[in-house]
Amino acid sequence: MIHMPSIISVADLSKTYKSGLSALSGINLEIERGEIFALLGPNGAGKTTLINIICGIVTPSGGKVTADGHDIITDYRAARTKIGLVPQELTTSAFETVWATVSFSRGLFGKPANPAIIEKILKDLSLWDKRDSKIRQLSGGMKRRVLIAKALAHEPTILFLDEPTAGVDVELRRDMWNMVRKLREAGVTIILTTHYIDEAEEMADRIGVINKGQIILVEEKASLMRKLGRKQLSLQLHDKLESVPDALASYKLELAPSGLELTYTYDAQAESRIPNLLTAISGAGIVFKDLHTSQSSLEDIFVNLVSNRA
Amino acid sequence: MNGPAVAAIYSFEMARTFRTIVQSIVSPVLTTSLYFVVFGSAIGARMTEIDGVPYGAFIVPGLIMLSVLTESISNSSLGIYFPKFTGTIYEILSAPISAVEIVMGFVGAAATKSLMIGVIILATAALFVPLHIEHPVWMVVFLLLMSIGFSLFGFILGVWADGFEKLSFVPVLIITPLTFLGGSFYSIDMLPPFWHTVTLFNPVVYIISLFRWSFFGTSDVSVGVSLAMTLSFIAACLAFITWIFKTGYKLKS
Ligand SMILES: Nc1ncnc2c1ncn2[C@@H]1O[C@H](COP(=O)(O)OP(=O)(O)OP(=O)(O)O)[C@@H](O)[C@H]1O
Ligand SMILES: [Mg+2]
Repeated sequence: MIHMPSIISVADLSKTYKSGLSALSGINLEIERGEIFALLGPNGAGKTTLINIICGIVTPSGGKVTADGHDIITDYRAARTKIGLVPQELTTSAFETVWATVSFSRGLFGKPANPAIIEKILKDLSLWDKRDSKIRQLSGGMKRRVLIAKALAHEPTILFLDEPTAGVDVELRRDMWNMVRKLREAGVTIILTTHYIDEAEEMADRIGVINKGQIILVEEKASLMRKLGRKQLSLQLHDKLESVPDALASYKLELAPSGLELTYTYDAQAESRIPNLLTAISGAGIVFKDLHTSQSSLEDIFVNLVSNRA
Repeated sequence: MNGPAVAAIYSFEMARTFRTIVQSIVSPVLTTSLYFVVFGSAIGARMTEIDGVPYGAFIVPGLIMLSVLTESISNSSLGIYFPKFTGTIYEILSAPISAVEIVMGFVGAAATKSLMIGVIILATAALFVPLHIEHPVWMVVFLLLMSIGFSLFGFILGVWADGFEKLSFVPVLIITPLTFLGGSFYSIDMLPPFWHTVTLFNPVVYIISLFRWSFFGTSDVSVGVSLAMTLSFIAACLAFITWIFKTGYKLKS
């Protein structure tokens, strides 16, 4: 496989705010061309700070960032032309119309006016009917879509979505996910932050976890789930058991207080032991009437990761 | 050079002006008329002439400058302060534009509005007093320079201000007094020697004097000195703005 150079490359990035607070330290991160990358982390972890530095809103204290090969500071024009940003906060100018504000964004990013493109963006985001409405007359969810339209107005190849679905209803969330997928199909690289883990699970190709200003993990979503995802096998027993028989000691089974349920916790590597376990259980004369397995979600993985490092 | 960006900021700011067009035009026209009624007719009847110019005409350049200075400052400062206040500045900071282009957009629009108001006041004044302009080309040049210079100053104020009080503090408590005391309504030669010397530390004196010279060919202070003072004021504002963007002062954290 030919390795394409990353579209965003962050090297040894740090940020200390004037207050003396160190928001980021020693961040190294490569974003692959065309992927959807989800950045997860608790409140105050530094997600927005990282995004704002890459987009030019916050000045880094140290380190280097390139976007599509362009240094974000020395070659900021080329770098920023590629980037679109949907900020976390709903910040819009109140008195303009939707059409005017989206056209404004396109101009700001140096692109000549192009009504056809603006029209397409507004239609894709179901804002076409609202094009002549003043922004303050829109609902919160519509305002968020206006911010997305503004970010797309100059046809960026890299899109940052800082908590795009915060405060958004279920239907609009679905719409947004579809929109993100469509953008990815069109070749746009997407970096999103979210507190909804199911969102990352549903959307992302890769997942990065940031905590206290440090990246603590970057993984393919699938391999992350495989590696860190715990599985559990529970057996509902036919007869009450006083204790786990010695013959089964090596499996570290847990017996529920009722004595009617045995639980075996394992990870993906240990899957092969299941048949042996079941044989051993029958061998010990234990009869079960039902069994089921469960797999931890990304949410469990995330909570584990962050609390372990706390 | 990102032309579309300058145009976008400029037209955004102009749209803001035109949204409040009535207020933008009515208020200077009304104020000027009031000044003429009070100063021109009531006081002017007793003052007759200053330096050979009828008092009613004498106050016109000062009146125009009074509005141009306050309008330039308040427009330009509000233009940049508002996005800072609402947070929409994120977009400007993340756009591929240089500091010069940002300033061109905001200051260009503020200066345009001041220029429009200057012309409106001039036209209003012409209804009250017969006006003869000695150096019309210079008059236009100075009007342009002052509009740009004080819009630059307003831009700095808007970046510096972190609340609406600060935003109105400078125009109300500094610029308006300086303009009134800067010879808008009298010749500083009429002052006793001590106050005359004090007045020479007021930069607005030079600006009004220069502007009045373009109208009547006479001035309180020498034209060369006035021009030099005005140009150095603009240069200082430009230098300060460059520093603001170099350091990200109050715009970026
Ligand atoms: N302008 C600022 N000045 C000083 N400290 C700041 C500033 N902006 C953010 N911080 C601090 O930096 C840290 C990281 O904040 P950041 O906004 O990047 O977190 P986040 O991961 O985006 O959090 P959330 O999930 O709540 O959006 C926090 O402790 C925050 O208080
Ligand atoms: Mg955030």
